[in-house]
Amino acid sequence: MSRPSAIEVVNVSKKFGDYTALDHVDFKILQNEFFTLLGPSGCGKTTLLRMIAGFETPSAGTLLLKGKAIAQMPAHKRRVNTVFQNYALFPHMTLSQNIAFGLENLGWDKARIRERVGRMLEMVHMEDFAARKPDQLSGGQRQRIALARALASEPEVLLLDEPLSALDLKLRQAMRNELRALQRDTGITFVFVTHDQEEALDMSDRIAVMGHGRVQQIGTPIEIYEDPKTRFVADFIGDTNFLEGEVIASDGSTATIRTALGTDVTTTCENVSGPGPATLSIRPEKIGVGEQAEGLILTSTVLSRNYLGGFTHYTVRVGEIDLRLSRRNAQSHQDAFDIGDAVRIGFRDSNARILGQ
Amino acid sequence: MSKAFRFWGLAPAWALMILTLIVPILIVAGVSVAERGAYGGFDWAFDLTSYRQILFTEGWTDALEFDPKYLWIIARTMLYALTTTVICVALALPVSYFIAQQSARVKIILIYLVTLPFWVSMIVRVYAWLIILGNDGILERVYRLFGGADVSGFLFTSGAMITGMVYSYIPLMVLPVYASVEKIDPALIEASHDLYGSRWVTLRRVILPLTAPGLMAGSILVFVPCLGTVLEPMLLGGGKQLMMGTLIQTQFGGARNWPFGAAIAMVLLAFVVLVLLINARRMPRQSEIGL
Repeated sequence: MSRPSAIEVVNVSKKFGDYTALDHVDFKILQNEFFTLLGPSGCGKTTLLRMIAGFETPSAGTLLLKGKAIAQMPAHKRRVNTVFQNYALFPHMTLSQNIAFGLENLGWDKARIRERVGRMLEMVHMEDFAARKPDQLSGGQRQRIALARALASEPEVLLLDEPLSALDLKLRQAMRNELRALQRDTGITFVFVTHDQEEALDMSDRIAVMGHGRVQQIGTPIEIYEDPKTRFVADFIGDTNFLEGEVIASDGSTATIRTALGTDVTTTCENVSGPGPATLSIRPEKIGVGEQAEGLILTSTVLSRNYLGGFTHYTVRVGEIDLRLSRRNAQSHQDAFDIGDAVRIGFRDSNARILGQ
Repeated sequence: MSKAFRFWGLAPAWALMILTLIVPILIVAGVSVAERGAYGGFDWAFDLTSYRQILFTEGWTDALEFDPKYLWIIARTMLYALTTTVICVALALPVSYFIAQQSARVKIILIYLVTLPFWVSMIVRVYAWLIILGNDGILERVYRLFGGADVSGFLFTSGAMITGMVYSYIPLMVLPVYASVEKIDPALIEASHDLYGSRWVTLRRVILPLTAPGLMAGSILVFVPCLGTVLEPMLLGGGKQLMMGTLIQTQFGGARNWPFGAAIAMVLLAFVVLVLLINARRMPRQSEIGL
């Protein structure tokens, strides 16, 4: 990770009246990276994106684009382009004119613009649509033109503001792969904003999970999912069981926690400095059931069952507490457990995480 | 819906249109080709003298001579109407843009204020400008207050006339332009800036084209009544420069030449229809681009 940074967000805060949208946000986006800002609505991710685009100015802190301060630079002077949520294609221009718009403003000569527009249309497989107007296109086609328009001038950074949210499910899946391929082929830094964790995990090189106007954690999709640093991240990404307990021993990187499970669990910990209250997080798919149970074995009673085809989700009761677990239907559904059955469940200590307050 | 109902159901509307629009126009058309009565009024006898009079005068020898004096009046009317329309466009665009950016509540208040003058009689409103522009009027006093020389003569100029016309008709421009501006997705303006478009480029290449339907509608609404306007030339222009409207009014009044007045009115009507036809031909092109 010694690549130079494309964008540095330096201690940025943004207030709208009394409301703090961004609270001392500080991180770097590396060059040629597919970087995702992920968080629930109102977490500040869109504000941050608009700030990089130049539609908002920070209340405090600064932004660097390839080392140069841009916080006060007007949007039309930044070599940064945006794919807008609803694409914002100019309705009175043809697709070619839409793509050429930015190049004309940069003062390219006509022949070069024509050549580039042709190449961009080809890149998004829309050559035959050059003379159409945006209202003659489907959602997916508009998306492609918006991408072609934003990439035409080869910006330093491409910003994508929830570009898949307006598409239907199947198209969204296909566009994910296209976007990822486009990013690899062009080598342009992508900054992608979404509230959809699956999109983020699927496409990103690195993810910044945002919540309450702060960056909660930055890391690769695997780090974010497997090693959440805070309760917020563990809760927002994927599904998990939280068990409240008391840390009875810790050495900085690992700790032992006593919960209502009845067995003490010793595993990796975050933000634990000594004995005190903490939370044990264990994801449903890490808990084995029946013949798949291994590690810490517990007995439980099945409370509910949700059959989802590839997986069956169970809620089981261990002593006083309810646990959600997920079982892959590898064989057939014949061996399913029924509500009220007593079943053996188990998980490895190392798959659980202890999160401090 | 039965065929009969479709016919008779529309009958009241037809009756109203025929009685209040078609019949009066036919009467005026009839009068324009009638003979001038000896003591005013007209006699029902086919006579094209009135139309001839627009272009020619009878010289001493009864020979027809080309005389462009009425053509000049028509040209002047066109010019003033056009100038008024252009000024209204220039003023209405920023006003509409400003209103469109306000909160929903403020928008309603501002639009109401724009239409407010319509609640007052046109004559009263034009008279108000007499007080503002007149001798020792508000404008002159303010000018002197700031140390200006003793000036007079704002009133009874073409400037005063155009000021009055702009004032009278600008609400008809602001409303349709506002309707267009208000529909523009703010993301389009951001997209323009994002794609290296300066403010000027954004105005010229994004905002103006998207406002074109409103500008067109507003221009028609301002230009057409300006062609026939009477009050402003009379009160603010001092009647020094004849316009088509005042010319028609004089023919039916003092000059007692009804057929000639009717003929000028028909020419005016022809111009209005021409403008509307040109606009109608433009319309399909605009709907094609989804506006």
